[in-house]
Amino acid sequence: MDWGLILSNLVHDTIVFSTALIFASLGGLYSERSGVVNIALEGMMIIGAFTGAVMTYAFQDSLGSLAPWVGFIAAGIGGAIFALPHAVASVSFKADQTVSGVALNFLAAGLSVYLTKIIFNGAGQTTTLSQVFSKWSIPGLHDIPYLGHAIFEAYPTSYIAFILVFLTWFLVFKTPFGLRLRAVGEHPRAADTVGINVKKMRYTAVMISGALAALGGATISLTTTSNFSHNTVSGQGFIAIAALIFGKWHPAGAMGAALFFGVAQAIKSLVQIFGLTQYVPTEFIFMLPYVLTILVMAGFVGRSSAPAALGKPYDTGSR
Amino acid sequence: MNPVKNVVEMRGITKRFPGIIANDNITLSVKHGEIHALLGENGAGKSTLMNVLFGLYQPEEGEILINEKSVKITSPNVANELGIGMVHQHFMLVETFTVTENIVLGNEPKNGLQIDIRHAEKEVEKLSDRYGLKVDPRAKIQDISVGMQQRVEILKTLYRGADILIFDEPTAVLTPQEIHELIEIMHNLVKEGKTIILITHKLKEIMAVCDAVTIIRRGRVIDSVLIKDTNPDDLAAKMVGREVNFRVDKIEASPKQTILAVENVTAMGNRGVNALNNLSLEVRAGEILGIAGVDGNGQSELIEVLTGLRKATSGRVLLNGKEITNQPPRNISESGLSHIPEDRHKRGLILDFTMSENMVLETYFHPTFNKNGFLDYGAIDKHAAKLIEEFDVRTPSIYTPARALSGGNQQKAIIAREVDNNPDILIAAQPTRGLDVGAIEFIHRRLIEQRDNGKAVLLLSLELDEVINVSDRIAVIYEGQIVGIVDAKSTTEQELGLMMSGGKGLDGGEKR
Repeated sequence: MDWGLILSNLVHDTIVFSTALIFASLGGLYSERSGVVNIALEGMMIIGAFTGAVMTYAFQDSLGSLAPWVGFIAAGIGGAIFALPHAVASVSFKADQTVSGVALNFLAAGLSVYLTKIIFNGAGQTTTLSQVFSKWSIPGLHDIPYLGHAIFEAYPTSYIAFILVFLTWFLVFKTPFGLRLRAVGEHPRAADTVGINVKKMRYTAVMISGALAALGGATISLTTTSNFSHNTVSGQGFIAIAALIFGKWHPAGAMGAALFFGVAQAIKSLVQIFGLTQYVPTEFIFMLPYVLTILVMAGFVGRSSAPAALGKPYDTGSR
Repeated sequence: MNPVKNVVEMRGITKRFPGIIANDNITLSVKHGEIHALLGENGAGKSTLMNVLFGLYQPEEGEILINEKSVKITSPNVANELGIGMVHQHFMLVETFTVTENIVLGNEPKNGLQIDIRHAEKEVEKLSDRYGLKVDPRAKIQDISVGMQQRVEILKTLYRGADILIFDEPTAVLTPQEIHELIEIMHNLVKEGKTIILITHKLKEIMAVCDAVTIIRRGRVIDSVLIKDTNPDDLAAKMVGREVNFRVDKIEASPKQTILAVENVTAMGNRGVNALNNLSLEVRAGEILGIAGVDGNGQSELIEVLTGLRKATSGRVLLNGKEITNQPPRNISESGLSHIPEDRHKRGLILDFTMSENMVLETYFHPTFNKNGFLDYGAIDKHAAKLIEEFDVRTPSIYTPARALSGGNQQKAIIAREVDNNPDILIAAQPTRGLDVGAIEFIHRRLIEQRDNGKAVLLLSLELDEVINVSDRIAVIYEGQIVGIVDAKSTTEQELGLMMSGGKGLDGGEKR
C-alpha cells in the first residue's frame, strides 16, 4: 500500500471539501465581527448553491466553460441580496438575530426547492450541469510527486478561498475598514462616539457575509455535485459557524478549523479504501463531521474570544 | 466685544425622555479657558445636557452656540468638527484594541490601503508627552489601569483637535492618587488653551479645580456662580434643594442583646487561600458596628459568609442565638438578616426587571405576593408603589426597568426593599459608593433609624469618614482578622489608619 499516495489523496480531498467551509466561515466572520450573529450561513449557502447552479444552467450552452464563472458571480450577488432581510431585521428593527437567521434558513430551503421545481418542470433537483469548474493544475508544481496532486491540482474556487483568507486578514486587521468593523462588534457606542456609522457598517458586513457564504454554496454545486438539490448544502453552513467559532473569529483560525472539518469529510474515502465499511456502517462515517462539530464546540471553545457586542442590537438613544 | 468670549452657549435646552423631562429649559454659558463645573445630583440631567452638546441626543427645544455661532449638533461627528470632545464616564474604549488603535479609530492615518500604525503611535506619543499623560501607545486597553484608560479617553479628544473638553464624572472611578494627577492634567489642558466642562457631584473637586459652576436640579438650572463667590455648604444646599448636614447627627447608642455573633470563622477566598482567618465579632441590637479596612482584607468574603453566598470552612455564625452557618441565602434572609450588597448591579437588582419586580426579589414567594403558585401582580405593584413613595425613589414609574434609574435611586430602592423586610440585622456594604451628598445623607439617616429602632447594623465601608461618622463601634479588619475594636467617638483617622495597615491599635485597641 502506497502511504504517500493515500496521504496525497487525503489532502487533495480535504481541500475540496474545505473550500465551501472556508468561504462560508469567512462570510460569518464579517457579520459576527460587526456584532451580528449569523446563523443564516446555511440558508445563504443554499441560495448560493441554487443560484450558481441555475445561472450556470442558463448560460452553459451559450458561454461554455465561462458559464460556471457567471454562475459563481451571480451566486455572490444573490447571497448579498438574500442577506439583506437579516440586516434589516437585526440591525434596523433590532430583532433577535438568531430568530431572524433561523427564519432565513427556512426561507432558503423552501424557496430554492420551490423555484427548482418551477424551473425544472417539477423535478426536485436541477439537471446535471454540463459545464462546471474543472481542476486547475499549476504548471510545474503539480508534477511534484505526491505534493503536486495534494495541493497543486485543485478547483479554482479553492485557490480563491485561500486568497480570500489572506485578503480578509488584511482587510480586517490592517485597514481602517477592519478596525471600524471590529470596533462596531466590540463596543458600538464607542464607535458611534467617534463618528462611525454603526448601522452602515453592520449592513455592509451582513451583506458581505451573505455574498461569501453564497459563494461557498456555489462551490459545492459547481464542483463536487454538479447540480442543486435540497441536500446539496446539508448542514455545512452550521459547520462553517462552528469553524468560525473554533477558529476564534480569526481568518486563519477559521481556515484551520475548516480544514479540520474537511478532513472529517475526506476521510470517508479513505475508510472505503481500507474496506472498513464492512465493519462500520457508512452512515456512521458520514456522521463524522457533525459529531466532531459537537465535540469541538462542547470541549474546546469558550465564549471568551467572541466579539463583545455579538448578538446585541445597538440602540442609539438608549439611556 | 468681551476680551473673553463664550465658547459654549446653550439656550433654553429641553430634552424629554418617555415619562421624564431630563432637561427643562436649561441655559449654560462657558467662557474660553475656564474650567466650568456642572453640578447636580445623580439623575439631575447633567449627563443628558452634555450628551446633547456632544450630539448623542437631539433636544426638543433650544439653541446651541459654539464660538458665538449658532450650530446644530446632529451627531458626535459634528461635535468633533466643532472642536468638542467628551471624556465619557463609562469609557468608550474597545478593550481588545491597543491605546493607539482606540485613539485613531474613525480618523485613521493611512499608508496606501493600510492604517499607518507606526505614524499613529508616534503622534500619540507626541500628544501624550505634550500634556504629561505618560501613556504607552502600544499597550492593550484591557491591560492598563482605569486611570490610564481615562487618559486614553482624553488623548482621543485631543487627537481630534478638541478645544472644548467635557469630563463626565471623571473621578468616580479613580483612586485618590489618580484624582490628584487628573487635576494636574486638567490644569495643563487649560494652560494650553483648552476649555473644560466638568460634570460632577463632588463639591471638593469643584472647589479645588473649577472657575465657575452651574447647578442643576431636577432638570432645571438653579444658579450659575463663580467659585470665588461661593462655598461648599452653599453649593450643596443649591444642589439638593435644602440645607445639607455634612455631620451625621445621632443620639447615643443604647446597645442591648447580641444579635449576630461570628465565632472563629475561616473561609477561603477566590484565590484559594484563606480570606478569613478565625474571625470573630459581635453586633448587638441598637448599635452600628462599622468595619474599617483597606480593600481586599476579607471584607467581601465576610459579608458573603454572613449572607450564605460563601461557605465557611470552620467556625459558626449565630443569628439571635440560632446557628445560620452555611445555610442557603433564603433561610438566612428569612431568619432576619438583610443585606445591601456591595455591587448593586450584580447583586442588588436585576437591571432588566421592573422596579416593581425588583422590590419583591426576596419575598415573591410569600403568600402576600403569591396566590396558588401565581404571582399576584396587583399586590406586588401596590407594595412597590408604597416603598417608592416612602423612600423617595425617583423613577418614572414602577414599571420602569431598574437599569434606567440613576445610581442613587437604584440604591434607595435596594434600601427600601431591605429595610422593609424589618430585619434584626441589616448588613450595609459600601452603601453610598458613587452617590451624591443628598443620597448619602438619606442613606446614613436610614441606617441610624434602624439602630434607633433597636435593630443591629453592620456597616462596611472603604470610606473612613463614613465609618467614623455613622458607626458606634469600629472593628478593624486586616488580613481576614479583626485586629481591634475601638469606640467611634474617641478614635481618630490616624489610629484607624495604623491598625488598618497591620500595626496594632495605639494600646492594642479596646477589646470588647
